Amino acid sequence: MIAFIIYKAILCVGIFVLLLGSAAYATLWERKFAAFLQDRKGPSRAGWGGLLQPLADGVKMFMKEEIIPNVSNRALFILGPSLFMVTAVITSAVVPWAKPVNIGGHVYDMQITDINIGVIYLLGVASIGVYGIMIGGWSSNNKFALLGAVRASSQMISYEIPMGIALIALVISSGGSLSLKTIVEGQDAGFANILWQPLGFLIFFICALAETNRAPFDLPECETELVGGYHTEYSSMKLGLYLFAEYINMFISSAVIATLYFGGYNFPFAHELYAKLGLAEGSAMVSLIGFGVLLAKIFGFICLFMWIRWTLPRFRYDQLMNLGWKTLLPLSLFNLLLTVVVEYFRGNIHF
Amino acid sequence: MQLTNRKVVVSNKEQSFAERLYLPAIAKGMIITASHLFKKPPTIMYPEKKRPIAPVYRGQHVLKRDENGAERCTSCGMCAVACPAEAITMTSGERKKGEEHLYREEKYAATYEIDMLRCIFCGLCEEACPKEAIFLTDRLVDAQFERKDFIYGKDKLVEKIDARIDVTKRQTQAVLDFKKLPGLKHNELFDAKKLNKGHKH
Ligand code: SF4
Ligand code: SF4
Repeated sequence: MIAFIIYKAILCVGIFVLLLGSAAYATLWERKFAAFLQDRKGPSRAGWGGLLQPLADGVKMFMKEEIIPNVSNRALFILGPSLFMVTAVITSAVVPWAKPVNIGGHVYDMQITDINIGVIYLLGVASIGVYGIMIGGWSSNNKFALLGAVRASSQMISYEIPMGIALIALVISSGGSLSLKTIVEGQDAGFANILWQPLGFLIFFICALAETNRAPFDLPECETELVGGYHTEYSSMKLGLYLFAEYINMFISSAVIATLYFGGYNFPFAHELYAKLGLAEGSAMVSLIGFGVLLAKIFGFICLFMWIRWTLPRFRYDQLMNLGWKTLLPLSLFNLLLTVVVEYFRGNIHF
Repeated sequence: MQLTNRKVVVSNKEQSFAERLYLPAIAKGMIITASHLFKKPPTIMYPEKKRPIAPVYRGQHVLKRDENGAERCTSCGMCAVACPAEAITMTSGERKKGEEHLYREEKYAATYEIDMLRCIFCGLCEEACPKEAIFLTDRLVDAQFERKDFIYGKDKLVEKIDARIDVTKRQTQAVLDFKKLPGLKHNELFDAKKLNKGHKH
């Protein structure tokens, strides 16, 4: 029992540190990547080639004056960013980060918890995430913040539906399990779900962009219209939390996409490689390689997120709604139908 | 009448299905941005690497000393009059006996201040000066934290005796000849001989 608690505690702390660290460096990478795309150099002064920039940003955020507006609802004002941060982090609980490790006959999952409704948990937490923005925007008692919050909530609600339907199609074609662990293990041989769900992936990816409030769907914090959007009134580290949580969200979304559609820690010819290297299945080394592969996939998706952000201009709000309701929703239903037909002929569905 | 051949006929035709998908257009845009990943940024990392600037660049001023190390400025105020930004202020002092090695003329600038925030670096002060006392140099004015630190007094403007500032590039023959042109007011007013004569009579 003690061993179990220690192992879970180590796992939790490890993943927490991983999330914070990678989100911090995602902020740096975002600026660097944007600079590269725009023929600039990006931050390069703090530390070796700019490597200490996230630290400098953090210190700056902490040192700034903290302003809580008199007219705001103080408790909710403080709750907003905390809630946003919490929901961003707890999504990571169901992601299988690496292959289970077998130590002395005990099998240790590299996943904080394997709940059998993992996919639904993801959707649920994602929809709680909007409360952070909504509460923050509403309690600021500022019309721009309120508009940003309203935009955020209606955008999230609109895009959760096609996202959910795309996920149903995915679950059908990957064998009917809602557990992320089972979904990943089903892609063991390197046959990633993307091969059966290309359209589903596209829909899910677009929705993930919208859910994380990344450009071109960053209307809730649209500077040109809404000053700062839902975090107009926020300052100091509370603002920092909002900005930071966006990067955690991006990291987790990338992890989820990699897990659901791209085989997570699996990669083609993995078993051949392990056999060649003489590594036993279940050893720590195999787990580590798988973890590295997952991180590489996540990094790829983060780059894709950023690449899109620095290419596409922001949508207009009616375009956003049209895309969500008139394009993605029918498309995801069509994808669901297609999946069912295909799976019927593959013999995975019986009536 | 057609003035240019840049006329374009605007069409409002319906977008085709492929165009309405947007995905090809998005892919095209992303390829364009990605192609910039491989371009060398034209950034110059400033303090380490500097762009070459023209030898006659108009930067921070210097108040010159003559060959013997005496300040050349005679506090005539021509520069202040010429200055379009009204950046120059000065007060005058009278040279005492024994100060000949400090000030070249009998009258000198006791204080001399240029507000670098007002200055537009036009170089008119340099042009106006009859004593070749003030020159703009290719040095840049440093950044400061406070406004008052941008008001440069004599301590910053007058060149140090042991660190003379070379302005020969600006003292071209053309400049020197220009200053001697008979038509120019300052040459008449400040022609030392004429002045001295005037005093005597
Ligand atoms: S014009 Fe020349 S001599 Fe006259 S006050 Fe200005 S710097 Fe001095
Ligand atoms: S450079 Fe022009 S603006 Fe500056 S002090 Fe001289 S005359 Fe005035």
